[in-house]
Amino acid sequence: MTEKEKKKKAARTPMPEQAPEVRRRNFLEVPTGYTEEMAVAEAQRCLQCKNPGCVKGCPVNVDIPGFIKLIAERNFTEAIRHIWSTNSLPAVCGRVCPQENQCEGLCVLGKKGDPVAIGNLERFAADWEREHGTGALPPKQPSTGKRVAVVGSGPSGLTVAGDLIAKGHDVTVFEAFHKAGGVLVYGIPEFRLPKAIVANEVNFLERLGVKVECNAVVGRTVSLDELFEEGYDAIYLGVGAGLPRFMNIPGENLIGILSANEYLTRANLMKAYKFPEVDTPIPHGKNVVVLGAGNVAMDSARTAMRLGADSVRIVYRRSRAEMPARAAEIHHAEEEGIEFFLLTTPTRYLGNEKGRLTGMECLKMELGEPDASGRRRPVPIDGSEFQIECDLCIVAVGSGANPLLTSSTEGLKLNKWGYIIADEETGKTTKKGVWAGGDIVTGAATVILAMGAGRKAADSIHKYLTFGW
Amino acid sequence: MFKIIRREEMSQGNVILNEIEAPKIAAKAKPGQFVILKANEEGERIPLTMADTDPAKGTITIIYMVVGKSTALFKSLKVGDGFQDVIGPLGKPTHIEKVGTVVCVGGGTGVAVLYPITRAMKQAGNRVVAIIGSRSKDLLIMEDMMRAASDELIVCTDDGSYGHHGFVTDQLKVVMEREKVDQAVCIGPVPMMKFCSKLTKEYDVPTLVSLNPIMVDGTGMCGGCRVTVGGQTKFGCVDGPEFDGHQVDYDELMMRLQAYCEDEKRCYERFRTLHAAG
Ligand SMILES: Cc1cc2nc3c(=O)[nH]c(=O)nc-3n(C[C@H](O)[C@H](O)[C@H](O)COP(=O)(O)OP(=O)(O)OC[C@H]3O[C@@H](n4cnc5c(N)ncnc54)[C@H](O)[C@@H]3O)c2cc1C
Ligand SMILES: Cc1cc2nc3c(=O)[nH]c(=O)nc-3n(C[C@H](O)[C@H](O)[C@H](O)COP(=O)(O)OP(=O)(O)OC[C@H]3O[C@@H](n4cnc5c(N)ncnc54)[C@H](O)[C@@H]3O)c2cc1C
Ligand code: SF4
Ligand code: SF4
Ligand code: FES
Repeated sequence: MTEKEKKKKAARTPMPEQAPEVRRRNFLEVPTGYTEEMAVAEAQRCLQCKNPGCVKGCPVNVDIPGFIKLIAERNFTEAIRHIWSTNSLPAVCGRVCPQENQCEGLCVLGKKGDPVAIGNLERFAADWEREHGTGALPPKQPSTGKRVAVVGSGPSGLTVAGDLIAKGHDVTVFEAFHKAGGVLVYGIPEFRLPKAIVANEVNFLERLGVKVECNAVVGRTVSLDELFEEGYDAIYLGVGAGLPRFMNIPGENLIGILSANEYLTRANLMKAYKFPEVDTPIPHGKNVVVLGAGNVAMDSARTAMRLGADSVRIVYRRSRAEMPARAAEIHHAEEEGIEFFLLTTPTRYLGNEKGRLTGMECLKMELGEPDASGRRRPVPIDGSEFQIECDLCIVAVGSGANPLLTSSTEGLKLNKWGYIIADEETGKTTKKGVWAGGDIVTGAATVILAMGAGRKAADSIHKYLTFGW
Repeated sequence: MFKIIRREEMSQGNVILNEIEAPKIAAKAKPGQFVILKANEEGERIPLTMADTDPAKGTITIIYMVVGKSTALFKSLKVGDGFQDVIGPLGKPTHIEKVGTVVCVGGGTGVAVLYPITRAMKQAGNRVVAIIGSRSKDLLIMEDMMRAASDELIVCTDDGSYGHHGFVTDQLKVVMEREKVDQAVCIGPVPMMKFCSKLTKEYDVPTLVSLNPIMVDGTGMCGGCRVTVGGQTKFGCVDGPEFDGHQVDYDELMMRLQAYCEDEKRCYERFRTLHAAG
């Protein structure tokens, strides 16, 4: 057997995980990470393709064969520096990217067998640096004296901040919440992305000189025009898609129906799973229903299970093939005992005399003609009504553009859904000196796309600060 | 940290005033707006209206009733201590306009929320009649400030220990019978706002109320503060906190305020035990 054939045959190195029956009741991270030996073994599977598909699949074009080669050579210090040149949050991306649709989806080994575990290796390199690294800061350009305000501390804002501080600009991040990190701190749960990792990334930026101002609701505490008056030369808007969507069906304001944003914010940002050691309460459902089947829905369902639910059900109007969540999380959710009610849609909520949720009525659906998104449209089956008993319902059917900032800012053009119109290549908005990117431009998407948009905007901002608009 | 520079106890220690250093918020705040405060790392995010602001000094003033764990924790803070987080100004400011005669009705700590609105209504050139009430004399707050902020102040107590004997609604009725009222502003416990609104509707007087649903972020991202107004769902924190009193579904609001009552009791008990143990 040639070296190449051997590699094709070698099995993908699985990442150790907490057993489902244990982890379904705790908030510790589910996959526990590669050892050095595992990482090296997995890295050796990579064929080092000349024209690698994996890189094309990564929205920020991480040099995947390059960093994997360094891991195979046990040069972990260089591996992480290699990744940093295109991706400033590898500990996060390695954990949460939908790799099956991105890098790993286009890995040549995936054609016949399992693709290289690129995400796991990226995570390994980042974790290794955090645990064993020198902590040495990357080089920084001399100060330019230009000031940039970044609004929102999610992945896209943090990327802009990191890129521009390295280029010598003075950067301040304004965050509405009392803690920085965006969805990474308030949305994605501890068991999938430990908050210490996000805090570490933010701290890294602060050590580089980025100022982070929390409790600053831009549009209320300070306006964009006031930021310009205060002397900022450019502003980047990375405020995310923070507007919860509800179903608009009868009974929606009963006690026990929460948006996923509220439920996850209570659990993650406010650490309500530790109540009463912390002061913020969270409803503990016995029988929980989660509406939707994206990452947000999986995170809500798995949180409910960890808070002690007897049953947790995902109700989704399309079929399994259309579930938008990461494959790994759907798998994890199933292992943890979460049930799926597919091709089902709720029609109304049922409550008791105290205004508390007791159940919901649903309709069965079947798949009809393809709709605008190319997916077959679910249509209700007449007379298929049935009831589900539940005392907690988490609504995770998507989010929209929060108008708080955009409606109070003149000169910023929005599309018909309220998202900011920005140039795809540069992130420039219709307002001079203002860029935007991430979920507030594209609608709810992914961490890596938000970071990609941030990178492009940072390049454009740098050009502007150097040469003009 | 947002430092407390002045602290007063009112209403037998059940109501606390804190003046807090928060220059950015003080510079921007308008009557009717609120802040969210968090005492420490483990703390809850608690919404409180700004009863006063001093942009020159860079301070805001909050007045709150001690009803549970978080407000009890706030009460334990002394001058020189501070809040870890203060966020604001949040919510829509009150629409202040010269309309003629305005009646401002406040019950309990609602008076604190009402005070800056009353003052602004008078400054805008309105004739302002203020009515404030409490259960008994020693629970009444801000009488002198309200007197200074209005053209006429009517005080009432439920038990008759001071001022008129009876509810604020009784006096509201007296005023509406006696003269033409162009606008009412009613702020206090939900049942009080409900009954005031019912009454002003009979007299066809446009009425503003300030709602206090349970909140988390205060920026429109969670929907926890949902209230039904005119048959439509609104977010209290960004669409309000003030709404047309004739359109609000008060029963739903009262119900939703009970969402966490068992947990809250448990949390407060625990705090009291720990606090007593020192
Ligand atoms: C529960 C959940 C799970 C997810 N799971 C995944 C996953 O597994 N993989 C993946 O790739 N993606 C996932 N996503 C999507 C991903 O998190 C988002 O696409 C990404 O975070 C968007 O980044 P952003 O920087 O645009 O905005 P955000 O992360 O939303 O950050 C925006 C920040 O701006 C702040 N802000 C808003 N308004 C203001 C204002 N006026 N002033 C100041 N600050 C403001 C907000 O408080 C927030 O902190 C998930 C999303 C959620 C909600
Ligand atoms: C916009 C707004 C302005 C307010 N202004 C004032 C004010 O100026 N002075 C004042 O005394 N009170 C005000 N309140 C009410 C105040 O926020 C609550 O009394 C406080 O949150 C109680 O917290 P606790 O932990 O002490 O009591 P808990 O024991 O937790 O709760 C007691 C009751 O307070 C309500 N409550 C609990 N948590 C919250 C929360 N996160 N948000 C809102 N309500 C909650 C519930 O109805 C609960 O049953 C305001 C509320 C809102 C929404
Ligand atoms: S950033 Fe995401 S898509 Fe790109 S290589 Fe890493 S895990 Fe894959
Ligand atoms: S496509 Fe797969 S095998 Fe080829 S370089 Fe990328 S990771 Fe390695
Ligand atoms: S408090 Fe979260 S939307 Fe109003």
